[in-house]
Amino acid sequence: MAGGGLLLSFRWTNALAAPLPESAAGEVSFNSYLSISPDNVITILSPNPEVGQNIKTSFPMIVAEELDADWKNVKVVQANLDTQKFNRQATAGSGAMQHSWDRLRKAGATARLMLMEAAAKRWNVSSATLTTENGFVWHKESGRKLNYGALATEAATLPVPTEVKFKAKKDYKLIGKPIHNVDNAEMITGKPLYGLDVYREGMLLAMIERPPFGTKIKSADVAAAKAMPGIVDVVIFKDKVAVVGKSTWQVTKARKLLKVEYEPDGAVESTTDHDRLMKQLLDKQDVKPSRKDGDVEAVFKTAAKLITREYQAPFLSHACMEPMNFFAHVRSDGVELIGPAQLPEDTRKNVAKLLGVDIEKITLEMTRMGGGFGRRQRSDYSMEAAELSSLLKAPIKVMWTREDDMRGGQYRPAMIYRFQAALDADGNWIGYRMRGVGVNSGNSTRPDHFPAGAVPNFLVDSIDHKSPITTSPWRAPSENFLGFAEQSFFDEIATAANRDPIEYRLAYLEKAKKSPVGAVKYDIDRMKGVIELVAEKSGWGKNKKAFQGFSAYFSHGSYIAQVAEIEMQNGNPVLKKMVAAVDCGVVVNLSGAYQQVKGGIIDGLGHALYGEVTLKDGVPDQKNFDTYRLIRMKEVPDVEVHFVESTINPTGLGEPALPPAAAALANAFFKATGKRLYNQPFTKEEAMKGGKFG
Amino acid sequence: MANYTLHINNKNYRVEVEEDTPLLWVLRDNLGLVGTKYGCGIAQCGACTVHLNGTAVRSCVLPVSAIGAKKITTIEGLSANGEHPVQKAWSELDVPQCGYCQAGQMMTASAFLSKNPKPSSEQIEEAMNGNICRCGTYHRIREAVALAATKRK
Repeated sequence: MAGGGLLLSFRWTNALAAPLPESAAGEVSFNSYLSISPDNVITILSPNPEVGQNIKTSFPMIVAEELDADWKNVKVVQANLDTQKFNRQATAGSGAMQHSWDRLRKAGATARLMLMEAAAKRWNVSSATLTTENGFVWHKESGRKLNYGALATEAATLPVPTEVKFKAKKDYKLIGKPIHNVDNAEMITGKPLYGLDVYREGMLLAMIERPPFGTKIKSADVAAAKAMPGIVDVVIFKDKVAVVGKSTWQVTKARKLLKVEYEPDGAVESTTDHDRLMKQLLDKQDVKPSRKDGDVEAVFKTAAKLITREYQAPFLSHACMEPMNFFAHVRSDGVELIGPAQLPEDTRKNVAKLLGVDIEKITLEMTRMGGGFGRRQRSDYSMEAAELSSLLKAPIKVMWTREDDMRGGQYRPAMIYRFQAALDADGNWIGYRMRGVGVNSGNSTRPDHFPAGAVPNFLVDSIDHKSPITTSPWRAPSENFLGFAEQSFFDEIATAANRDPIEYRLAYLEKAKKSPVGAVKYDIDRMKGVIELVAEKSGWGKNKKAFQGFSAYFSHGSYIAQVAEIEMQNGNPVLKKMVAAVDCGVVVNLSGAYQQVKGGIIDGLGHALYGEVTLKDGVPDQKNFDTYRLIRMKEVPDVEVHFVESTINPTGLGEPALPPAAAALANAFFKATGKRLYNQPFTKEEAMKGGKFG
Repeated sequence: MANYTLHINNKNYRVEVEEDTPLLWVLRDNLGLVGTKYGCGIAQCGACTVHLNGTAVRSCVLPVSAIGAKKITTIEGLSANGEHPVQKAWSELDVPQCGYCQAGQMMTASAFLSKNPKPSSEQIEEAMNGNICRCGTYHRIREAVALAATKRK
């Protein structure tokens, strides 16, 4: 955090013309994030990978807030990977804000104090008599003021304060406001921003044929492809065949002439195999519980009612609008990487290991990403680019087509859950058991979630089936389906107990608060807060026109309750509206926050209704958007979002809105039709034939 | 390989490419006009939408040999400095999230509004339904199309 010294200059490629400050000559650096030029350009580096979660805008807002800067003078610049200056340059687990909130505040607040100190020296007054406002230091007594630029050179040489007091929430001028995306101007005029937009002198384009899951190459005839115009080489590596050429279309055409045969290399699995295996694993004995309170077995034997339900989810594609791609230039003196990466530090490490190159010799430029959803946490595609560049000794951009993306990539694991609940004769919930089984899902459960703490006899366990079908985190991993399954099941329990689902939930939350069983690792008051808010805003129980379904979920540190409203039109159920109440602590950027919640709900609904990847002998049946259906404008209900007023430090928001959405819909669907939905995609369920869903 | 003269954004460009090359890749690979995006390659998502004589078309399935003397407009040529009513509305309502699909959305919206200057909400939905937004910015897109309609002279 030492002052002085020039900020590292920002280095984009010729094709990637980033918006540079109009003038920032002579700028001085205050810390990793912030530099100020004498002509008052406040440059804030935004270090995290941007996938559409709006972090590039939200992070600098926090620095600017504590600095008391005028947002009009702020230039935001995307940082590249720099492990010296920053830590956790990562888009994962909705954790960026929770990790960096204090660091960003400190960056702004310490610089503000340094600027005040510089002004105090200049005017020979005590810094205690000074104030700041909108990019100026003021000495109100004498009516003097100076803008930050005029003080920057001096201020940056002063010692960095070790103790700072952060602003109170009531004094915020930027945080909580709907500040617009800093890349809007570039995005709406079509400027190059994304990895796929990278074009360099001498760059070759590569597309890669990848083997079906569980197979390896038996034979490959590449002669015809290699002879095509514009093709520089056809390279076989790691059971893949890369066609490398001068233009995308020439490579596309040549690739069609490849003749590659595959043979089994381990298990070659189909969806029917997964269905069978997962069902078998549901009955497996002697699985180690991840949480156990009381004695579920005993209470299940004596219960007045025992409810057992199963819920099943298919594989999903991440379907980022910008398909996977990466640029690599492996030279004798170092490696240049450019492209979309949610975990750039991992990418660099993996490339260093792959090539046997000193990590310090690898630079990584972070491009804006056309979506991520967890897919770009993997380095498979960036390593392909590095390997090909190394083999061919040329700058290379690897591009995946949509078909490659959907067929050769990474998936949300297929999962199945079995839930059991015991009620006594009075409808009291006395036992709960849940098992999750997934294909390469890791732990598919969240053992400390509600009703942990509220139900005396409790058992959760999970089983992971190892498979050659590669999976990766998919927006709200496991929870993206668990949220639906669990919240649908709770609705059935309340129905079985003849209680209103919201009233029943609140009663059990209260029970967990008053007499908790074991550890309670969620915040009961925050959970109750969003449930009460969504009940109020949706007019729960008072809306006579609509059939309402309720869900509430805690993930990534945040609490979200949702109510779905279905109306009958010509005898068919139509989803008209979703109401969400959100507690994510302090809302940093109101505009981006609305987008995250609305987008998360739409994502949750769309994939629950339509999304599915099925496999036959290791080959996905879905190839493109004609068979892998994404939700479109006409299918989207109104979405109303309410944020809880909070002074708690910000918690996650990129993921939490998704998990409860499908359950709210399914519970409203039950109210409207009397039918329950258990398997996704819903539109394939017999219960959902008809209606404005299919 | 064949030579073509393309009229793009009020400029003439000469390119030498294979006849079946989709316009999308001519724009991106040959001319550096990368605002037009690849999303699916089969005219399903709308990310590659451009105007051909004022009509929205999918450049990923439009062979360069089929264009002839027709005028092409891409996102880079929608206006000189982002002042087209659609661009202004997109900016005013802070529409983009990841932003990748938005050029295609705006090209669809601008061609639609030139033919239907005062659309109903249903007509907007109908016109925009062919463009996928994976982030789910659909509400703001719908509002922005309606707002753009009020900004047109």
